[in-house]
Amino acid sequence: MNTTLPPTTGPQPEAPRAAPRPAFTHDWRRIARMGSVAAFGQVFIALSNMPVRLDERLIVKPVLSLGYLVLLILPFAAGYRQGHQIKRENMPVCAPGPNEVVGGFLCGLITGGGLSLLAVLVTHFDLREPLVNWSPVLLDLLSFSNEMWFAVVIWLAIGAGMGAAGGVLRLLGPKSHRVVVTMALAVAGAAVLESLVVDVAEGLGLEPLTDRLYAPRGGVAWPSALGLAAVSGLLAVLGRGRFRQARVRHAQMEGAQRTRANLGLIIATAAVLIVLPLFAGKLTNELLANVGLFVLLALGLNVVVGLAGILDLGYVAFFAVGSYTAAVLTAATSPKIAPEMPWLVALIVVVIITGLVGLFIGAPVIRMRGDYLAIVTLGFGEIIRLLFLSDWLSGWFGGSQGITKIPGAGIFGITEVSGTDPRRVFYLVLAFCVVAIYISWRLERSRLGRAWMAVREDETVAEAMGINTVNVKLLAFVVGAVLGSFSGAIFAAKVGSVFPASFLILVSIVILVVVIFGGMGNIIGVIAGSAVLIGVLGGPKQPGLLAEFSEFKLLIYGALLIWMMLARPEGLIPSVRRTRELRQQEMAQDAWLRGQVDDDDAGGADGPRPAVQP
Amino acid sequence: MNRMGHLTKSGKRRGAFSLFVSLLAMLSLLATSCGDDDDGGATEAPAPTAAPETTEAPAPTADPRGDPMGDGSLGIVEVEAGDAIQIRSLQAITGDVGAFGLPIDRAAYIAVDDYGQIKGFDVDLGASLDDLCSNDGGQAAAQIIVADEDVVGVLGTSCSGAAVAAAPLITNAGMVLISGGNTSPALTSDLAGNAGLNHSVGYYRTAHNDLYQGAAMAKFVFGELGFTTAAAIHDGDPYTQGLAQAFADAFEAEGGTVTGFSAINKDDTDMVPVLTEMATGTPEALFFPIFQPAGDFIADQAPGVSGLEDTVLLAADGLLNANYLPLPQTTGMYFSGPDQRFGENVNQSTGKTATDFTTAYDERYGEVPSSAFWAHGYDAAVLLLDAIDAASWVEDGTLMIDRQGVRDYLYGLRGYRGMIGTLNCDDFGDCGSSKITVVQNIGGEDNVEASLNNVVYSYEP
Amino acid sequence: MSRRARSRKAPRTGVDWFLTFLRVAALTVVAVGLLAFIAQEISTDNPFARWANPDATGLTGAQFRGLIVSGIAQGAMYGLIALGYSMVYGVLGFINFAHGEVFMVGAMTGMITSNKLADAGYWESNFIGSLVLIVVVSVIVCSLTAVIMERVAYRPLRGSPRLIPLITSIGVSFFLQNASVVLLGPAAKAYPDVPDWLKSKHTFLGIEGARILVILVAAASMICLWYLVERTKSGRAMRAVAEDAEIAELMGIDVNRTIVKVFALGGAMAGMAGILWGILFRSVIHTTGFLPGIKAFSAAVVGGIGHLGGAMAGGLSIGVAESVGPLLILEPLGVSGVSQLRDAVAFAVLIGVLLLRPSGLFGERLPSEDRT
Repeated sequence: MNTTLPPTTGPQPEAPRAAPRPAFTHDWRRIARMGSVAAFGQVFIALSNMPVRLDERLIVKPVLSLGYLVLLILPFAAGYRQGHQIKRENMPVCAPGPNEVVGGFLCGLITGGGLSLLAVLVTHFDLREPLVNWSPVLLDLLSFSNEMWFAVVIWLAIGAGMGAAGGVLRLLGPKSHRVVVTMALAVAGAAVLESLVVDVAEGLGLEPLTDRLYAPRGGVAWPSALGLAAVSGLLAVLGRGRFRQARVRHAQMEGAQRTRANLGLIIATAAVLIVLPLFAGKLTNELLANVGLFVLLALGLNVVVGLAGILDLGYVAFFAVGSYTAAVLTAATSPKIAPEMPWLVALIVVVIITGLVGLFIGAPVIRMRGDYLAIVTLGFGEIIRLLFLSDWLSGWFGGSQGITKIPGAGIFGITEVSGTDPRRVFYLVLAFCVVAIYISWRLERSRLGRAWMAVREDETVAEAMGINTVNVKLLAFVVGAVLGSFSGAIFAAKVGSVFPASFLILVSIVILVVVIFGGMGNIIGVIAGSAVLIGVLGGPKQPGLLAEFSEFKLLIYGALLIWMMLARPEGLIPSVRRTRELRQQEMAQDAWLRGQVDDDDAGGADGPRPAVQP
Repeated sequence: MNRMGHLTKSGKRRGAFSLFVSLLAMLSLLATSCGDDDDGGATEAPAPTAAPETTEAPAPTADPRGDPMGDGSLGIVEVEAGDAIQIRSLQAITGDVGAFGLPIDRAAYIAVDDYGQIKGFDVDLGASLDDLCSNDGGQAAAQIIVADEDVVGVLGTSCSGAAVAAAPLITNAGMVLISGGNTSPALTSDLAGNAGLNHSVGYYRTAHNDLYQGAAMAKFVFGELGFTTAAAIHDGDPYTQGLAQAFADAFEAEGGTVTGFSAINKDDTDMVPVLTEMATGTPEALFFPIFQPAGDFIADQAPGVSGLEDTVLLAADGLLNANYLPLPQTTGMYFSGPDQRFGENVNQSTGKTATDFTTAYDERYGEVPSSAFWAHGYDAAVLLLDAIDAASWVEDGTLMIDRQGVRDYLYGLRGYRGMIGTLNCDDFGDCGSSKITVVQNIGGEDNVEASLNNVVYSYEP
Repeated sequence: MSRRARSRKAPRTGVDWFLTFLRVAALTVVAVGLLAFIAQEISTDNPFARWANPDATGLTGAQFRGLIVSGIAQGAMYGLIALGYSMVYGVLGFINFAHGEVFMVGAMTGMITSNKLADAGYWESNFIGSLVLIVVVSVIVCSLTAVIMERVAYRPLRGSPRLIPLITSIGVSFFLQNASVVLLGPAAKAYPDVPDWLKSKHTFLGIEGARILVILVAAASMICLWYLVERTKSGRAMRAVAEDAEIAELMGIDVNRTIVKVFALGGAMAGMAGILWGILFRSVIHTTGFLPGIKAFSAAVVGGIGHLGGAMAGGLSIGVAESVGPLLILEPLGVSGVSQLRDAVAFAVLIGVLLLRPSGLFGERLPSEDRT
């Protein structure tokens, strides 16, 4: 994570290790606090109906469903987290020992106690009036269709067991740790990606393999789950962390070498993305196309938020304008003007119009303070949706009846891309993504890109350096708008109809979550963010691989946004420069501490040995 | 563009230039990257005029097993021994429209259980899919359905907006789509023999066409109540806008005057502005075919607005439910909707009555259906199963289902006795009973059932 | 910032010209609309009114009064919510986007408590007592929500770049809203029926009792808050922290505690607004907090952020504008279906005020680092 920090660049820069703590000396308050927070979370999850709804989705057949999995994670996480030691400069870190296991056990016990208590309460009180999921179904799930006391005992036991398991995970050395994590990820990944894997395997003629891997009605069959775990564990042992090494090596590469490595990676990715859809069915292609549409949107927002630091909460406006303009220009049924342009010609008009709308919205807001700007852009987004929806302009845009019968996107008369063939949609989206990535990438490294980043870091200083901040920010708005309009124009051709209900504020927020989750200001991060969030959880109206989550995905998005900001504001794949900005203070502190350490050292004080050899 | 020029002048030439280059690159990429598709042109959608000539009505007792329908032109689905016939349910089952779509979805499952096997083969509905009441949601879900080539037919959608995007995909794949909830005229026809804008061959519905309901309400207000002025409010939903518009058009056709036509947003709570806007025309009746909670606020606040004190309030099936009728402010209101006196109707294929259904529903889900369209959903499901039965035969233990035969059966359907009444399919897929009733709310917690049966006007063209 | 930048650089750029054009255009639309409305009121056959909107009908006095009163009642609630935004902005310098959801939590709490009371029969027998009880419960729950929110999501982020807590608060808002969906269900939930004296119109100007109650309670809350902030010791601490947190800390003020108090007070006001909302509309749904929250923030900005009286005035202006604006300005201009554009009018007011007076009607009071 902190590859930019000098102390962690070495292979094993661990702080000195002291002997393990005694098994029964604990910070009891910490355990109680962590356990009860986890218990609270556990009860919340249970009452949110998540376990019941997700019970239908099997992970490992027949022993583990997604519903139970979400209930197992918290005690495990609490148990694992409990053993976490805050690393202080120059303080020895105790080697993990039985202490961690006991702590995890207790922590998990408290966590499980939450559900036990819930089982008792559900049996004896009826709170179904405000809490809709306070139901016998929930009790049935908690008690595995047994009596109430069974639920009480079993959840205490499960909690304690998972907590202790979390503690044990701490005990493992880095190598076994890696093996365990790889095994878990392999099984979970196989289960989550099930429909994708089956779909592609079918295209490649590998059905016998997937038939063996997956049970007939979904879920990884348990013998193959064991096999998969064994194989992946073996691979992890054999691999001995080569993957990580490769990544570190890649991060350390410089100049031409790095360019060559990047080029190789890009060609490999491109080859996979071009070849894979040929073998994949409609399901995979539709998923990829949806992900691609959001990549386009997220890349656009990334220019605005990530590069120029303008928090635009009304980004959906450009998506809407792009969609509607394309619809009006191409559909024969457009109410007022129906020039029935070919899609590519319409696209040029779309770009011009969204660019102008970007200017129009951008100009009044660009001078506002960051947070005013957020709300005002949100207001603009809503105004634009309301205008498309309104009876007033329904003579132009169809009002609530939208515009339907939009023809597919004709590409020079060679093919026509429409929703009936998701593969073509995906290739079209891919082409535009490549363009958008190229634009973003070039811009990021251009003079303009540097100006944006300067504005992002400190507007006053940027202005003092002679940057015309207003124009620079306006350009960011316009570029973002144009990238978003690509997505809108493809969307209109893909779905074949546009309705105002597709352009709610929600969409803006989801795109923002994608950008932030992936890593603001980083193209790869943004793509990864869309793939993970839209692909797995699903977009505002698009089901992802875990379609069962659809009721909870907004809740998860909200939680994810908070957690991301608190724990990892730089995102999944951080941009180096952005991380530096975000961690500025910490780094300054670190540097200061290091300075202190050096001073102490020089003074020959009898303090602990310094952690860092300069 | 002038402004852009200005910006370029002030030193951002490179940014603008690279944009331009990128645009060019994009166009050239498009030319190359999308040409490698080998599927050829998309299969042409069947011409919308291809409604087959009406075959003679399948007599309820006659069994067409010996002579399966269809000519195989859309392909044959083969179900091997031991496998199940695949159909799907695609409804709006989450969010605020869940209350509307969920009963339709559940009715399909109950219908499949009631129907039992077809020629010794089980029927599998799979997991219900969610159309999210939107075009993009409908399309995404339809894509999942058509990816499975074994699916014969789909029950759905709940919302017309979803059907607009889902129907072309599903019907192009040779499947049929039968809806128990769509009412938009655009999906079928204008009832005068002209196909609607979004009509697809292979799309059917058991729900009524909005035009019937609009006409019914207009005739009731003009003819029965004797009013000559009325106003209408919708909430921006395609369904409510369509119905309000149908009412307004029919009312003017009757000879009345529409004094106001406006809209609110679904989240609005303070209705005084919109009611004042309506009050400026002092209408005798106010029609708001919207949903809860906005419907609560309109009924609550209308009497307080100067100019609307004596206006008669009218609503439609969106508010005709057990949550809305007991509200004190809705006593005396009129509601249009499908005839809900299902009590003694029997579905001729399963032999179940509406009472049987509601009992089974309560047993399974622990509540009463939250919208009236469960009966339409039930009939839609049974129709699909009947059609599969009529268009299939067993060959060497394998069930063969002729996709065209399924359509032929449905287009030829006449005089079918379902739970909602008598069903006749026209050439555009409107199969529902065209009977619309207007009921008056008696008021009070305990009178919901009585109010639903308190029919003051009924309309059947 | 903006004014400073412009005053230093004399030459007007294209953007400035464009903004001037926007300002003029906005004022023209408002002026023409108003003139057409006045013309319409004088006589519907007035040629000017006919030119603007051939179907013009005009409003009666009672209708106009009804609009204004409903706008004021709505605006009073916006104002109460806006106080929370304004106070937090004044102290921490960031928009607590999730504050609207605290308001929703208040309305939900009121719904649950009042329904429980109604089940017990207490709601009918002693309405005032029940009302006080649900207000107390809701204020406590909302204050707690706001404080927990601060502790969990915002305190760890103090001192980070300013967009970070803003984005976090969007996450909090999303989370609370959807937590309400999954816990309480997506359907709208009703309050029990209120006594007739709240529903029927009163002789006093023909206003419904509930609206009078809303306006009175909002005014009372406002006065209490003003007293608390201006006349008590913790109020002084709040003002000191708002003025300059570092100096305040040096003066021995516990900044963390003061910030918690600010959140609690803001939450309490939102809880109060939630109950008023419930009494007035008798229905609550998970989205209840979102748009009112954003409009309340707009109100805080319109009034001048950090300024308590300004927040209330801003709330009233937004409330009245969105209530009256569509019929007063858009309808005379011949726009059809104007009520649908209500929210658009509210946002247009925000944009318009920021265009014409970037620091709001009463001027901003910003935390020290924003004032530079």
